[in-house]
Amino acid sequence: MKSLTKAYRPISWPMLGAGGDTGSWRVHRPVVDVQKCTKCQFCWAYCPEAVIDRHEIIIDYRYCKGCGVCAVECPTGAISMEKEE
Amino acid sequence: MTTSIKQLPDTEQVLSGNGACGGCPATMALRIVGKALGPNAIMLLTPSCSVASMGMTPKLGYNWPGINITFATAGSSASGITHALEIMKEKGRLEGELPTVFSWVGDGGTYDIGFQALSAAAERNDNIIHFCYNNEAYSNTGVQRSGATPRGSFTTTTPTGKRQPKKNMALLMLEHNIPYVATATVAYPGDLYDKVVKAKNIPGMKYIEILAPCYLGWQFDMSDTVQMSRAAVRSGAWLLWEAENGKITFNNPTSLIINGKKAAEPVDEYVKKQGRFNRLLKGADSAERIAEIQGDIDREIAFMRERAKITI
Amino acid sequence: MKTAQVIMATGANAAAQAVKYARVDVVPGYPITPQTSIMEYMASMVENDELNARFIPVEGEHSAMAAAVAASAAGARVFTATSSNGLLYMHEVLHMASGGRLPVVMCNVNRGIFAPWTLWSDHQDSMAQRDTGWIQYHCSSNQEVFNTILQAYRVAEQINIPIMVNFDGFAISHCLMPLTLPPQEDIDQFLPPHKPEWRLDPANPSSFSNVTMAAEYAPFRQMLSDDIIASIPLVKQAAQEYKEATGMWDGDTIDTYRLEDAEVVAFAINSMAAELKLSVDILREQGIKAGLLRPRLYLPFPAEDIIAALPQNAQVMVLDRNYNFGHPGGILASELKSVLFGRRNDITVKNRVMGIGGIDLTRRFMAAEIRAMMDE
Ligand SMILES: Cc1ncc(C[n+]2csc(CCOP(=O)(O)OP(=O)(O)O)c2C)c(N)n1
Ligand code: SF4
Ligand code: SF4
Ligand code: SF4
Ligand SMILES: [Mg+2]
Repeated sequence: MKSLTKAYRPISWPMLGAGGDTGSWRVHRPVVDVQKCTKCQFCWAYCPEAVIDRHEIIIDYRYCKGCGVCAVECPTGAISMEKEE
Repeated sequence: MTTSIKQLPDTEQVLSGNGACGGCPATMALRIVGKALGPNAIMLLTPSCSVASMGMTPKLGYNWPGINITFATAGSSASGITHALEIMKEKGRLEGELPTVFSWVGDGGTYDIGFQALSAAAERNDNIIHFCYNNEAYSNTGVQRSGATPRGSFTTTTPTGKRQPKKNMALLMLEHNIPYVATATVAYPGDLYDKVVKAKNIPGMKYIEILAPCYLGWQFDMSDTVQMSRAAVRSGAWLLWEAENGKITFNNPTSLIINGKKAAEPVDEYVKKQGRFNRLLKGADSAERIAEIQGDIDREIAFMRERAKITI
Repeated sequence: MKTAQVIMATGANAAAQAVKYARVDVVPGYPITPQTSIMEYMASMVENDELNARFIPVEGEHSAMAAAVAASAAGARVFTATSSNGLLYMHEVLHMASGGRLPVVMCNVNRGIFAPWTLWSDHQDSMAQRDTGWIQYHCSSNQEVFNTILQAYRVAEQINIPIMVNFDGFAISHCLMPLTLPPQEDIDQFLPPHKPEWRLDPANPSSFSNVTMAAEYAPFRQMLSDDIIASIPLVKQAAQEYKEATGMWDGDTIDTYRLEDAEVVAFAINSMAAELKLSVDILREQGIKAGLLRPRLYLPFPAEDIIAALPQNAQVMVLDRNYNFGHPGGILASELKSVLFGRRNDITVKNRVMGIGGIDLTRRFMAAEIRAMMDE
């Protein structure tokens, strides 16, 4: 009986990219100006995607959706949204 | 003291690359909730944006065991799980600290179709946290009105703007005499985090409602999710409060508005930022209809100020 | 060694006793006549520490089934019971249990459905849930209710499909009959503790019922369909092993009476089939070679066992306690005809609907009906 194996139940397992490589949705790319960055971590806290490294302030573009929340919330204007090619 | 952003834990329970829209307030809030709950929790969802976002079988974008249950039954389903865990532990079939059982449900699944089961779970005081992420509409089915849609707001089923005010769901939950009720919103992650940590450590029924400004339904630019959340609080359209064992406390900056130290911003500004009020603003009776919205807000502020004085 | 004990019990009490013997963990419940007393028994058994379980007094049947489904997904052995409109109210969530492959066991105490309002038995309620992916038993005595609930847990937990154990309101639920309670040790041997191979577990997180695309959805549905049919050998095995453990036997997929040489076969389910044994005796006294075939298992419909059991050239009188709207007659008759078609052309099937809304079905009345049907 195949049903006794987990694969025949409608269940799912945690993984990065469950919605695909969501970076491909991006129209604008957030770019951090390290000179202006004070490492306040606001962008990290508000990013819905959990794609910002809170210490290095490096963005994982594989999944960043380009929403721009980080740029709007950055108190020093260190993040600019640049049009993707 | 409210937990600062730098003090928030590293734990990530929302995994990058899930299916939510960019700038999604529900996902943003869930990330903070995850930091407070940690991995030892079981999640219930009902059909909603957060289900559409969670990945398709066999992929899951949240790092919790979870169940997408029938739309009307978040309350009773969560009760089923929490009782199951408790009795299995009593019988020695589970070891260690019991997981937190929480529901992650929209305003539709909370205010409307799920109200009955939720009310009953609250009346039984079953040990669960019910989160309502409130985007003030049925977003997943294309933005229809809900009991949480504010007066004047356009949805596909209120084409000339809703004529009725929203209901005060958090207060209704408080009147079930449950040990903890709180409201929160995405602009104040430390406040949300602290409330979830508190709820996690209180046995019995906990209700936390999170205002989740959804750019798609509210019609603003997706980068402004947090801005809109802040504007809602500053205008008094959303009040931040919590109640432990029935005693209401207001949180900053709502507390300043309630005790008169700071005036709420006029609602015009908040309303004008959102396309969902556009049609109303263009009509000949726009002044009247904005006054109605302002009236609803003023009434809620006055009412909650007085309600908080009742401490018996 | 402990010996069996005999008590006088209603069908409702028999059901509650079985749940206790099964060492169920969670029982969400909501009252509806004629099921109510099962929930009352469960509540007091839990309250008096006779059963170490949680009773959840939910606010309606939709929630009762949701709590059962969720508790089962958390790894618990669960039970609930309902009737009539309560069962209809559960409809949406019944599909959650079967689609999620959760071994929930439930009693449905059969009762007609509104409108108009009725309190008494017929089988429209459970028949209306035919396509929910649940296995369905129908019992004809209090003892069989007890025995079948225990067998149902065995089968449900082996194949991960929920099971509904049906029996008539009042005729079974409220009538006192002797009930044999086997020693608990024998039942513990027969029904080992529930060890689900999947559950909601933070140590190994996985989620259940995400949005599922057709390429994955279709195989799940096919597997459910296949496995419901594949439960038949498990139903037989459970009946056999239960007999070995307790000495009690109600039949496996079917139960028969004076069938071997029968020319006229009464075909019915649930309590009326017990009374029909007496109708068969009456007909035999009248010189008619009558017999009875009672499917204990209604879903999956035990086609092969029925085909094998029916004597050559028999006239089968299907007595339906339900309507098959849009067709003349009842649902059992359609099911039977569809399995006989092309395989047993020697058989004649005749059908009457009776006992609707609790109309009394006496042995004499049914014997007379069968006689009348012979002349049709
Ligand atoms: C019983 C039932 N009725 C209707 C639906 C369709 N439906 C799916 S999601 C949804 C709206 C959800 O609204 P809400 O709870 O506010 O969550 P949101 O989509 O806004 O995140 C509806 C009506 C359903 N899944 N089940
Ligand atoms: S919000 Fe701006 S200043 Fe703060 S860490 Fe991010 S980029 Fe740096
Ligand atoms: S653009 Fe959006 S998803 Fe990308 S890093 Fe900024 S906040 Fe995160
Ligand atoms: S519609 Fe709104 S709530 Fe739904 S996923 Fe998109 S942003 Fe989030
Ligand atoms: Mg909503």
